[in-house]
This record gives sequence, structure tokens and C-alpha cells, in this order.
Amino acid sequence: MQWVGNNLGLVAELTLAHIALSIPPIVLGGLLSIPIGWLAFRFPTWRGSVLGVVGVLYTIPSLALFVLLPPLFGFPILSELNVIVALVIYAVAIMVRSVSDGFASIDAGSLRAATAVGYGPWQRFFQVELPLAGPVLLAGLRVVSVSTVSLVTVGVLVGVKSLGYLFTDGFQRRIEAEIVTGIVMTLVVALIFDVLLLALGRALMPWSLLAKSRLRANEAV
Amino acid sequence: MELFVDAWLWLTNPENYTSEGSVIQRSLEHLAYTSIVVVLAAAIAIPLGFFIGHTGRGRRWAVGVAGAARALPTFGLLLYLVLLLGVERRAIAAVIALVLLAIPPLLAGAYTGVDQIDRRTLDAARAQGMTGGQVLWRVEIPLALPLIVGGLRSAVLQVVATVTLIAYVGLGGLGYDIIQGIPLRHFDQMIGSALVIVLLALLLDALFAAMTRVVTPKGVRSAGGEDIRAREGSRRALTRAR
Repeated sequence: MQWVGNNLGLVAELTLAHIALSIPPIVLGGLLSIPIGWLAFRFPTWRGSVLGVVGVLYTIPSLALFVLLPPLFGFPILSELNVIVALVIYAVAIMVRSVSDGFASIDAGSLRAATAVGYGPWQRFFQVELPLAGPVLLAGLRVVSVSTVSLVTVGVLVGVKSLGYLFTDGFQRRIEAEIVTGIVMTLVVALIFDVLLLALGRALMPWSLLAKSRLRANEAV
Repeated sequence: MELFVDAWLWLTNPENYTSEGSVIQRSLEHLAYTSIVVVLAAAIAIPLGFFIGHTGRGRRWAVGVAGAARALPTFGLLLYLVLLLGVERRAIAAVIALVLLAIPPLLAGAYTGVDQIDRRTLDAARAQGMTGGQVLWRVEIPLALPLIVGGLRSAVLQVVATVTLIAYVGLGGLGYDIIQGIPLRHFDQMIGSALVIVLLALLLDALFAAMTRVVTPKGVRSAGGEDIRAREGSRRALTRAR
């Protein structure tokens, strides 16, 4: 505890850096996955190959990706861009499947009803399909958020500072409290992001609470 | 692209296959850690998941723990455990950290595997006079197997990816040449090793995909054969179908 008291400034600085590194992959990954996942859902012939490519991306270890991206895209290995691009790729890899599942979970009758009352394809997508797929998208985004916040720490191995710095620094200086602080703060950041995502979901989809209880009632049958 | 040529030259250099710390040796170390960790984690998580799925007890607890464990940064845990247990016991520390990483997907696979079985199937099995043990071994386990293998697949992939990090505490594996190469800027060995890890992960993924297909009981099409990562969707599809 003494270590934390003496290093509050460092912990705060690294926590902010960690948050700054975590937000772009979650937001960009979420946005990019919606069109890709929708294509995978809408065109069954592409579905296999899209989900296959995404599955392959997901299997690449993060440290390997941090090493392979710089020569591919031409940015320096020590740049924050490297870590962010790698984590966007993971986010897409996790999220595309959820997006595709989310659209697949929509009752076809609702879509036909929307068309029948005169919704155009774009209007139907934004006002019917996207909101109905929302709860599954949110579930996927929560997984993306948790795994991104945790993976950012690995970036310290290629020199990108985050809460992971407390792991390597604490290890080299043999200060257990420093590592524990890093772990606890990572968990705290993940928890805060999760709470924010849940609040966002509740604000955007007030009906999803109702749907959940109905789902549970179905399961009991 | 030049760097990939260098990596290729490194990978095809015979010296890297005969000397101490060869690519082959590093791959074997990597696989050894992966298998020890997954076997230990499976021994803990699969019976536990079965118990939870079978009795419905501790359901909330399991979901909560699995979610929280996903947020736990394994790299930090690894370094903490090495300091805690002492550097000479760092291999044990690494195995513990990795087992904790592998438990959630295995638990989820075993739990959803049992939980998704239609109650009526079990009632029918009992009505035919099967004993509790027979229901478990001849109905529940075969029906849960595809999702259990799906859980194994996720766990193996996560562990293969993370074993890369144990080189930081002086244990081997394919991460060794990456972590040692970063400060020295030896891009050939870093990229070469990274490519070998990717290849290893892809091979294991393909192996488990094939295994999932093999263990799916004949006549089970709706629930089986799904990747564990799709379980949210498949469970939804199941509840909708009822």
C-alpha cells in the first residue's frame, strides 16, 4: 500500500494512458464489425469465408501481431498505432460473429412487417434491424471491451506504456505491490467500461430488459 | 517486405534447427506448456461445469467468475506469481497463471453443453429405465461433447497465444526469440517466430474444428458442431425454436 501512496501520480498517468489506448479499438472495432457482420449474415455464400477469415485473425497471438503489423503497414514497432491497430483487428474478430448472430436472431416476421408498412431498406436497417439486433451486439461489445482492456497490457513488451508498465517495472524491481496495483487497476478499468456499456445499452434499448425476462421465461418452459 | 524475406531466411537457416534453442525445441516447449496447462484446467473445469449444468447450482457464480476471469491480465498475474513463488519455481507460477486463463472457456463449454440439452430428452431417457449413471454417460455426455470440445478449442487457442509471454520470465517457448529480439531489434527472429506461432495456432484450430465434427453425435444437427464463440447465438436460436 505504501508503494501506491508514493506513486499515485504514476498510477493515474498510466491509467489514463491505458484508457486512451483501449477506447479506439472498442469503438472502431464495434463500428467496423457492423457492416462486415451484416454482410456475413445477409449473404450465406460469403458467411463461411468471412467467419473463417475472422476466426483465423482471432487465433493470432497478440505478441505475434504486435511484431507482424509494423512490417506490413510500415509503422514503427514502438508506436501506439501498432497496439491500437492490433486490438482493432481482435475486436473485429470477436465482434463480427456476434453481429452476424445478432441479425440472425431477429424474427423474420418483424422484418416482413416493417417492409409491409413501407420501410425502405436503409430505414428498415437503422430503425428495425439494428435495434432488434442490439442486445446481442451489446453482449459482443462487452466481451470486446473486457478483452481489449486486458490485452493493452501486453503492449508494454513492445514499449507502449499502459498499466502493463507496472507489471514489467514491478517485476524488474521486485515490488509485488506494484504488479498487484497494475492488475487491480486493469480490472477496475474493465469494470468501469462494462458498467458504461450496460448503461449505454439501457439508455438506447429500454425494451431489452423486458426481452431478457421474457427469454428467461421461455427457457424455463 | 524486406523484413519478411529476412524472416524467411532466418526460418530456413539450418543453424536454427540444430543449435541450442532451435525452432523445433521452442515449438516443443510451447506445445508442452500448452498441453500441461489445458489438461490440468480441463480436469478442474469440465467436471465443475458438468456439475453446474447438471444441478443448476452455482450458475450465477460460474457466469460471474468466468466474466471476471476474462478481465484478469494474465501477463501481470504471471509476473506476480513468479515474484510470490520465487524465480526457481517460475515454471509452476506460469502453469498456475495459464490454468486460470484456460478455466473460463472450458467451464463455459461444459456448462452450456449440459445446460442446452432439452429436458424432455433426459425425461425420455429416464422413462426408458436408464439409471442416473446411464443418463450421464450415454445421453448427457455425448450430447454435451461438441460444446465441450468447442470450449477446449477456445482454451487451447488462448493458452497457445499466452504461452508466448512466459519467455519474459526466462522460460522457453516460441515467445523466446520475440521477447529477446525486441530490445536487440532482431526483426528476422521476431517475425520468424511470430509466423511459427501463427502457424501452430492455425494447425491446432483446424485440429479441434475437425474434432468437433467427429464428436457430434449422428442425428444431432441443431445444437451440435458449433464453435463455443457462437454459443450466445445458438442458445438464442434454441430458445426460439422451442
